[in-house]
Amino acid sequence: MSATISVAEAHSRKNRAVTFWQSTNGKKVVMAVTGAMMFLFVIGHLLGNLQVFEGPEKINAYGHFLHSIGEVLWIVRGTLIMAILLHIAATVQLAIRNKKARPIGYSRKEAINSSYASRTMYWSGPIVLAFIIFHLLQFTAGYVHPEARFVEGDVYHNLVSGFQVWWVSLWYIFAITLLGFHLRHGIWSMFQSVGIAHPRHTQTLKHAALLIATLIVLGYISIPISILLGLVK
Amino acid sequence: MTLDARIPSGPIEQAWDKARFDMKLVNPANKRKHNLIVVGSGLAGASASASLGELGYNVKCFCFQDSPRRAHSIAAQGGINAAKNYPNDGESIYRLFYDTVKGGDFRAREANIYRLAEISNHIIDQCVAQGVPFAREYGGTLTNRSFGGAQVSRTFYARGQTGQQLLLGAYQALERQVHAGTVTMIPRTEMLDLIVIDGQARGIVARNLVTGKFTVHIADAVVLATGGYGNVYYLSTNAKGSNATAIWRAYKRGALFANPCFTQIHPTCIPVSGEYQSKLTLMSESLRNDGRIWVPKTKGDKRPPNEIPEDERDYYLERRYPSFGNLVPRDVASRNAKAVCDEGRGVGKTGLGVYLDFSEAIARLGEKTIRERYGNLFDMYQRITDEDPYKAPMRIYPAIHYTMGGLWVDYQLQSTIPGLFVLGEANFSDHGANRLGASALMQGLSDGYFIIPYTVGNYLATNKFAKVGESHAEAQSAVTIAQQKIDKLLSIKGKRTVDSFHRELGKILWDYCGMARTAEGLEKAIGEIRALRDEYWHNVTVPGSGDDLNQSLEKAGRVADFFELAELMCIDARDRNESCGGHFREEHQTPEGEAQRDDEHYSYVAAWGYRGRDAAPELTKEPLEFQYVHPSQRSYK
Amino acid sequence: MKLKLKIWRQKNCKEKGKFVQYAVDNVDPEMSMLECLDVLNESLIERDEEPVAFEHDCREGICGSCGFMINGVAHGPERATTVCQLTMRHFKDGDELAIEPWRSVAFPLVKDLVVDRSAFDHIIEAGGYISVSTGNAQDGNTLLIGKDIADKAMDAAACIGCGACVAACPNASAALFTGAKIAHLGALPQGKPERDRRALSMVSQMNMEAFGNCTNIGECTGVCPKEIPLEAIATMNRDYLLASCKKREDIATDISPVIELTAKG
Repeated sequence: MSATISVAEAHSRKNRAVTFWQSTNGKKVVMAVTGAMMFLFVIGHLLGNLQVFEGPEKINAYGHFLHSIGEVLWIVRGTLIMAILLHIAATVQLAIRNKKARPIGYSRKEAINSSYASRTMYWSGPIVLAFIIFHLLQFTAGYVHPEARFVEGDVYHNLVSGFQVWWVSLWYIFAITLLGFHLRHGIWSMFQSVGIAHPRHTQTLKHAALLIATLIVLGYISIPISILLGLVK
Repeated sequence: MTLDARIPSGPIEQAWDKARFDMKLVNPANKRKHNLIVVGSGLAGASASASLGELGYNVKCFCFQDSPRRAHSIAAQGGINAAKNYPNDGESIYRLFYDTVKGGDFRAREANIYRLAEISNHIIDQCVAQGVPFAREYGGTLTNRSFGGAQVSRTFYARGQTGQQLLLGAYQALERQVHAGTVTMIPRTEMLDLIVIDGQARGIVARNLVTGKFTVHIADAVVLATGGYGNVYYLSTNAKGSNATAIWRAYKRGALFANPCFTQIHPTCIPVSGEYQSKLTLMSESLRNDGRIWVPKTKGDKRPPNEIPEDERDYYLERRYPSFGNLVPRDVASRNAKAVCDEGRGVGKTGLGVYLDFSEAIARLGEKTIRERYGNLFDMYQRITDEDPYKAPMRIYPAIHYTMGGLWVDYQLQSTIPGLFVLGEANFSDHGANRLGASALMQGLSDGYFIIPYTVGNYLATNKFAKVGESHAEAQSAVTIAQQKIDKLLSIKGKRTVDSFHRELGKILWDYCGMARTAEGLEKAIGEIRALRDEYWHNVTVPGSGDDLNQSLEKAGRVADFFELAELMCIDARDRNESCGGHFREEHQTPEGEAQRDDEHYSYVAAWGYRGRDAAPELTKEPLEFQYVHPSQRSYK
Repeated sequence: MKLKLKIWRQKNCKEKGKFVQYAVDNVDPEMSMLECLDVLNESLIERDEEPVAFEHDCREGICGSCGFMINGVAHGPERATTVCQLTMRHFKDGDELAIEPWRSVAFPLVKDLVVDRSAFDHIIEAGGYISVSTGNAQDGNTLLIGKDIADKAMDAAACIGCGACVAACPNASAALFTGAKIAHLGALPQGKPERDRRALSMVSQMNMEAFGNCTNIGECTGVCPKEIPLEAIATMNRDYLLASCKKREDIATDISPVIELTAKG
């Protein structure tokens, strides 16, 4: 009966960081921390983008400012890329494990206590990733420009002309909504994964997560909607 | 045959100390050379396995469930007694001892009970140390409540799940020893015979319930902690799997069976609702602390309870027993419920029920307090009956709950077969003819944690053990017998299911050997049981085979043993021409209808010995002497 | 009332299983789900067919033996209720119930609705206890434990080990079971000295059994007959994280998923 234990004892001298990463709980902590980093970026990015409502000068100046701090920008970018890679690596490994944990599924399975958002993390995540790649290609690198013309450095122009293409806006709104779903579960979940939870605060935290996720979605999609409606030209 | 209970001489207060000092010890280095078998993993079995493992013995623990944590001790709700006297209300070891002797209606050994009362305090300490989350006061001290007829608050509890928490404590201690390698846990395995070699218990024959394979396990001592036999009645509060097979087969190998007719009927169970009923659900006796029991004054009053005015209700326990009221001991409460139902004043669809009413307590203490005290019980009641006990009174009826009888053991918990020890409900030792509430958990843990580790050591240190292998002729013949029995059951291929026989057997016992018994009825029952047993062996049908998981086959073997045990219970009940505790013979009652003991002729333990399939069992008497608590008519008026 | 039961039948873990449909015509609304199966089994035995094997013992919702899926929900439609206490009045005449066993690699199937949950025992064995041998205890009142702490410990300790949490979890994770024991013992002062060790050992064992991981979605607590709160899992995560940060070289910490090692069926 203790056969399984001795396996553990035989390998007990491994590096702690390695064993931590190898445990499911450790991976969840990594996902929580990397998730938190990306969440902070999402907020920062939103605040930057909303400057579009203050006119071309403001947001173009912001774009120049970001480019002027070169090394720092690359450190941030590098960190974010690392976070995304770790987040994905942990997810994939855990998902494979989960798949193996129930090879024969149920003939019927009802969800009775979980949110739609929490059950669709495996979908919302990859779609948001695909969107991010497209988004970077379109607005950062300028490789993909369904709009008439990509002007290096003219953030305002690229933004407005980009979103004037209806399907770009639609794709954007769709992906951002999914990001909202992802965050609605993720914001609460990261606290749970690192063990910060109390029965009294769980509901508050879940409501807060929903509120924050909604605000973020509204904030982001206000841009393409305004452009499509011609409020921002 | 004479029975030597090996009770230490001298004052009762020093008996256990003296006994422990007189016991021989096993050299620590030699302990791991001794193999021990523990059958059963409830409070007694798990605590014994854990404690023996901690001492360094090599223990194998068996249970028929998938995990030791399922044992039926887990279902005990109310609590566990101890003589701590934390509430400062006059409790002492002596008072717990006194109450238990008296509560058992003077049919148990004083020395055993005194030891139980003494050990009770250590049990609480041990369980707290293990992390059992007993109820606490705001200040952090342990809470006590009064329970089942006690006038002091000596009961410790963990919500309505005391048995669960104590069992999990013992289970965790057991798993710790499994991890340490001293205990090997063998679940899903049933003991089918005891191996006796040269007069010593040397092992068991076991059957793996998943593969059907028989195995022989040899040891230097065998400890049975297999619980009670209440399921002989089919409907009881016991778990469906609880059975008497282990102790019954030990009985057939020469262990004496003591006081088989002493069974306890619990007064507060949810009444039977239909033919399909598979078991009865107990509601903790603590409900009687605040609930008032009544029936309508007039026969056949079918009005809903809330429409029956106060002056047309008969609070019969309060009326008949003004000083104890609703808190009279279990046997008295049960008998009175039966009496009012027999008069035709019972309530509910079947007329077999009485009301347990909380309306007065809710008015006095508020619904919130009642919810805090009994919330989980009320929820359970509502879940099962779909009635809201906060609004309408509960309906309750007595049900078979505990068996005080069991294998005869001496002060060292050893049966009449050397090397066979019996613990917990499986033995007969401490409760006499009636068990007080919250005493079963106490006894199981006392036997397992604090008695058996010493007495087994003494046995091992004072005996020699010949080298015996699994292929020993006695072991192999026991396997053959067990195998033949299985083959026979599978080959009958009759018309009736095991359950239908079991239900009929239970009905016979409940009618004639239940809450009230008569010589004539018992005689009739013996005849009916024998006839039914004959039919069983010709007309039972057991589907499937013996080489995989076959739950019908498991049941079939157990019911076969229940038939034989049922007959012995009736013989014992017929033989005991007196009423005492749970054993109420209608011929022997006081003018007020209370149990009338006959101390002159029946102040003994009736220990029965097996003499063959069709031979009458042999009675050996162990006289009971009362030096400290003098027998008196129990009075709860 | 009449019900149609679609029940998973499988002789053992080696043979293939399938759903078999049975009609039960004499269902009383007062009977429990298990009693309904009893009635079905009696009729099967009378027809000389093998009865449906299902695990059960106390039939009062505390031993944790029973449990299966009813129409995709562990223990059926009633919250905080095991199948032994689930009365048939919750169903309507003519309903069809799909009944199937807990499905998880860590719970290999034994027969029909019976699965092997010994993985739970292994997790407890790894450290789900307070290491105190018989006879070492001080007076119970020496340790003062506030009522709120005792209540919190009791909330977590109420777990009956039925396995519904694993069954309901889309990932077949045992986090709620493991977390409940860690939360119970960790809340009490008696359990503090071994807190780190316990978290590392139990989580390690949990990972070595073939359970999935927790994605914090909460299906487990929704079907839990004892309504163990999801925060028990957070407690486990915190204890594990903190313990991992401290130096505990002697504790088994290899926690790589070894599904192949333990998978049996």
